[in-house]
Amino acid sequence: FYLTPPQVNSILKANEYSFKVPEFDGKNISSVLGFDSNQLPANAPIEDRRSAATCLQTRGMLLGVFDGHAGCACAQAVSERLFYYIAVSLLPHETLLEIENAVESGRALLPILQWHKHPNDYFSKEASKLYFNSLRTYWQELIDLNSGETTDVKEALINAFKRLDNDISLEAQVGDPNSFLNYLVLRVAFSGATACVAHVDGVDLHVANTGDSRAMLGVQEEDGSWSAVNLSYDHNAQNEHEVERVKMEHPKSEEKSLVKQDRLLGLLMPFRAFGDVKFKWSIELQKRVIESGPDQLNDNEYTKFIPPNYHTPPYLTAEPEVIHHKLRPQDKFLVLATDGLWETMHRQDVARIVGEYLTGVHHQQPIAVGGYKVTLGQMHGLLTERRARISSVFEDQNAATHLIRHAVGNNEFGTVDHERLSKMLSLPEELARMYRDDITIIVVQFNSHVIGACQNEE
Amino acid sequence: AAGMFLRLLSDVRWRAANPKWRRMTCSQRSTSSTAEPHAVFLPAQAQVVICGGGIMGTSVAYHLSKMGWKDIVLLEQGRLAAGTTRFCAGIVSTARQVSIELKMADYSNKLYQQLEQETGVKTGYTKTGSISLAQTQDRLISLKRIASSLNVMGIPCEIITPKQVAQLHPLINIHDLVGAMYVPEDALVSSANVSLALATAASWNGVQIHERTSVSHVSVQKGRVTGVETDRGQIQCQYFVNCAGQWAYELGHSGEEPVNIPLHACEHFYLLTHPLKEPLASDLPTIVDPDGRIYIRNWQGGILSGGFEKNPKPLFTEGRNQLEIQTLQEDWDHFEPLLSALLRRMPDLEALQIMQLVNCPESFTPDMRCIMGESPTVRGYFVLAGMNSAGISYGGGAGKYLAEWMVNGYPSENVWPLDLKRFGTLQSSRTFLRHRVMEVMPLMCDLKVPRWDFQTGRQLRTSPLYDRLDAQGARWMEKHGFERVKYFVPPGKDLLDLDQSKTFYKPDWFDIVGSEVKCCKEAVCVIDMSSFTKFEISSTGDQALESLQYLFSNDLDVPVGHVVHTGMLNEKGGYENDCSIARLSKRSFFMISPTDQQVHCWAWLKNRLPEDSNLTMEDVTWKYTALNLIGPRAVDVLSELSYVPVTPEHFPSLFCKEMSVGYANGIRVMSITHTGEPGFMLYIPIEYALHVYNEVMNMGQKYGIRNAGYYALRSLRIEKFFAFWGQDLDAFTTPMECGREFQVKLEKGTQFVGQEALLEQKQNGVYKRFTMFILEDHDTDMDLWPWWGEPIFRNGRYVGKTTSSAYSYTLERHVCLGFVQHFDEKTGEELVVTTDFINQGEYEIDIAGQRFQAKAKLYPFSSLFTHRRRKDEVELSGYQRE
Repeated sequence: FYLTPPQVNSILKANEYSFKVPEFDGKNISSVLGFDSNQLPANAPIEDRRSAATCLQTRGMLLGVFDGHAGCACAQAVSERLFYYIAVSLLPHETLLEIENAVESGRALLPILQWHKHPNDYFSKEASKLYFNSLRTYWQELIDLNSGETTDVKEALINAFKRLDNDISLEAQVGDPNSFLNYLVLRVAFSGATACVAHVDGVDLHVANTGDSRAMLGVQEEDGSWSAVNLSYDHNAQNEHEVERVKMEHPKSEEKSLVKQDRLLGLLMPFRAFGDVKFKWSIELQKRVIESGPDQLNDNEYTKFIPPNYHTPPYLTAEPEVIHHKLRPQDKFLVLATDGLWETMHRQDVARIVGEYLTGVHHQQPIAVGGYKVTLGQMHGLLTERRARISSVFEDQNAATHLIRHAVGNNEFGTVDHERLSKMLSLPEELARMYRDDITIIVVQFNSHVIGACQNEE
Repeated sequence: AAGMFLRLLSDVRWRAANPKWRRMTCSQRSTSSTAEPHAVFLPAQAQVVICGGGIMGTSVAYHLSKMGWKDIVLLEQGRLAAGTTRFCAGIVSTARQVSIELKMADYSNKLYQQLEQETGVKTGYTKTGSISLAQTQDRLISLKRIASSLNVMGIPCEIITPKQVAQLHPLINIHDLVGAMYVPEDALVSSANVSLALATAASWNGVQIHERTSVSHVSVQKGRVTGVETDRGQIQCQYFVNCAGQWAYELGHSGEEPVNIPLHACEHFYLLTHPLKEPLASDLPTIVDPDGRIYIRNWQGGILSGGFEKNPKPLFTEGRNQLEIQTLQEDWDHFEPLLSALLRRMPDLEALQIMQLVNCPESFTPDMRCIMGESPTVRGYFVLAGMNSAGISYGGGAGKYLAEWMVNGYPSENVWPLDLKRFGTLQSSRTFLRHRVMEVMPLMCDLKVPRWDFQTGRQLRTSPLYDRLDAQGARWMEKHGFERVKYFVPPGKDLLDLDQSKTFYKPDWFDIVGSEVKCCKEAVCVIDMSSFTKFEISSTGDQALESLQYLFSNDLDVPVGHVVHTGMLNEKGGYENDCSIARLSKRSFFMISPTDQQVHCWAWLKNRLPEDSNLTMEDVTWKYTALNLIGPRAVDVLSELSYVPVTPEHFPSLFCKEMSVGYANGIRVMSITHTGEPGFMLYIPIEYALHVYNEVMNMGQKYGIRNAGYYALRSLRIEKFFAFWGQDLDAFTTPMECGREFQVKLEKGTQFVGQEALLEQKQNGVYKRFTMFILEDHDTDMDLWPWWGEPIFRNGRYVGKTTSSAYSYTLERHVCLGFVQHFDEKTGEELVVTTDFINQGEYEIDIAGQRFQAKAKLYPFSSLFTHRRRKDEVELSGYQRE
């Protein structure tokens, strides 16, 4: 089975989305030029989600990727709800009051977020009322708590993450009279999702990360070459600090059973996540909720299964690590991507491929023979590969698509091999997950001129 | 990397050659890094200063000194032979399309062959032969045409089969070849060492050579070179020779009086490899694969291979740019198509190890031919540059011709195709050059078929009627920057795309031009001929007449209103220009010459007219739009528009009248058409052009008027045996040799240039004769069409070449024009050509190796003329141009 290049392109481009920040006449000029995003499923249905929105009551733009596991319910819920929690956390006291008063008196609500969504990105209508009530409870508490201090972005992000995870947990415990919603909130709570969210406001870039998705900054060096700066830490077994943290939070007796085969309790890859109440609730709570829950939940072996060595819950948290970065003119773009990308590509390659794509400079590092022993045949092979790489650049109008093309199609030369691409994309559903993971990518492009100007002002 | 390569190529054996010169240059050479004071001071004056120590500069110095000029200084800004010459691939190839280029290459080859013996400098001359491959039948035709010209010049050359190619070269993949051309005498040299050998011999003959001396500008006084300024002081001189290669343009513009040398550099890449396991023999033939755009030669047991890519990289558009010089790096990605072609041609080279990819800029010219000759604006300022990457092949011959030009006043061959004066200021725009050379460089390998036009740098000079004509289906060609109509595509008819229309056979416009010709013959056509060069020469007294009588061979002391066809001859009686002159008044003349004469004719006259403020010459080319009204009904159209009788009784042939046409007054109407057909030329002040055109077309409707183009004009003029300057006539052709005695008035009472030479010819006879050939057994539909440059055979022996050809729709035959010579069968000595000699031969024309029978004629078919003429003119009145 073989896919023609147009077929490959239609698969790769099915989910691509681009947004350009509109330019106003010298006013309100954003440090973000726009972003490109795309997803390539391996699971059916895909378990990854993405979100992007502009904050309307505060400044700034929010972008996030969410990698779901044990189903997509949690990732879907987080992708719909998290940005509202963040936006609300960032709102000043007066605005919160204004919003609450509007809701109270049935007046039109100030819009909080302007979403930038691909047509395939959906919001669940049924749960919106439920979600809204939880959110309203949150801002009411914020109004009551009125600290009078200006909102710190880092704190707001942490609070929003924790609050949403808490709400997910509570909603599942309380349940809902509507059986569909009841089942929904349970599925959300029993599945899990990681989140990697960026908030960009002027030169201030905050990345809040929970789990093993990753944010990476693309930096153009003075000589024009590209380098990568990590703006998140992976929360998994490869991160010593994270392993250390988990061990600190539990008695020494559990030390050996906490991390097995690089998984939390030998089961879970990410060490932080939304949902996943199986790693958060006590055994009693789990059993009670499942027993009183709908039949579908009872029939599910996975939800009924209690992790081994489960002594001192919670083992999992949704609390993010937040990194603050002051943007510089040489910071050209930010890549947010789920682990499906990072498993296949090194961040340095990602930086180069996106950098070359965005600058439109397809001049690759010139080849110099120098003192090396190269034959005509080898050189010819190399040049043919390089030409193919250039032509693939021109095929894509979206940096994320371009990156996916490389992630899936790269051969040992680091260039896109159409045959490989065709094979990888034509894998049957049941096999696809064995060769690749869902990939979700957002590439945010920065406006160096604005950033340079902001820098000078400061 | 470049440094490494320099060491590789420079076998600096020339040092031993001449102790005297060594003293001057070696001290600098050995201490290149330290700025030691120069041991030898520049002379304060010299007869000749040559700028540029590459193959061109040293060749000019060599030949000048051979011819007896000793007081010569050669200045080189860096080191001798260190520029493009150093990096040149060193292939001496004689397979050239243009005859003069072929002669230069042939001479160069013979010169280099004996240079080592003459100078003791090892030149690395190796006779390897060369094989040009054809992947298509069209390419093979093109090679066969070259082979025909080489053979008649006595240069061994044969068309061989792919199998024979494989026998001559062990590595070639022949499966996609249809044939090839083998030139066994072609050679390889180390071009740097050839240059050093020429320099050595020149210095023996007294030429002073100074390296590390750069010319900052050339001083000019009263239109003459007086000296040069260098970074080491001044030198006064009478002659300056600009051999600065790719810097020639810049140097030309650095003087007080700019000299336009239209050339532009492009990056050129070639590959060097390590030796093969079994090193290649040093006498293995050089391979040229034009369809693959590459050449391949053996090099130190490995290969050297470069080519002319489709997407060249022009550089130095803004002059000597340090940044660009630094970025002259290997660009492998750019070289990829050529590397693919190389591996396709020689698959076994896959395992061969790369040594280096060399990037050496080459300079290219707007028409792919090199530039030589004297500046039209500064006397004593000579140029030799713009070799289009064939510098080593042309170097010897080009230097020789330029030296002859300087010493004798003219070279020994017709070099008009290479003359700097074929260009004007209009070709000197940097933008134009940049765009044009990007087209020219790929053309080096493109198939050259008859009647192709450059596509870049177009629509520069246009007639006011351009848009009107274009809207009516005009297809355009360009001459000297001027857009001219080839033919008009009728509405609803489509021609092939430009690329697909390339053919050596019957072209797709055949019927279109045929109907235009028919209309010229039967009704009336209008052709826009505004591109012609037009001068007005007038004086307060008789100065204009006297000067022109001296400069032109025909008698210009005719009644006012007469038009005279006359040659502007040189001392040897050869045509420097061929023109029509109308006597507007007692003291003023209107002169019409071919389009590309604008610069040459102006310079020729300027240099020869007396310095007299009462005598003025003005270039009025741009002031007039010229419409040629051709055909039997032209007289009706004109008389209706002017209310003046213009029948031959009232307005006989070869008259000029100022009259009104429509509302427009002051139109110069001449009863000539440049075709031998009846009709008129209308010279219209440009603001009236559209009006007159509209009037003519409206009035002409009832007479069946239509537009026509130059292809129709050419067919008409060639079938009537009209010669065209620049194509048939040149500085080596006299009126006696082309049946134009009647345009020479030896007894006109005043002396004129060329008179003595013509008198001598009249007494002794001519050594070549312009002849018309009608192809007999040629099938217009099936056979290759003649172009020009085809060898003519008389009784099986070569006697000359054709100079132009066209299909005659009237005769329904091809007509070729060309010169017949008479070589002694034993000695090869040139003998007088008599009328009997022409008439008593069996002729054949060789088109790409195939010979067609031809009937020779010295006079045109009188049946083709229907027009009444002035009593004192014979039928052959016209001079023509395309």
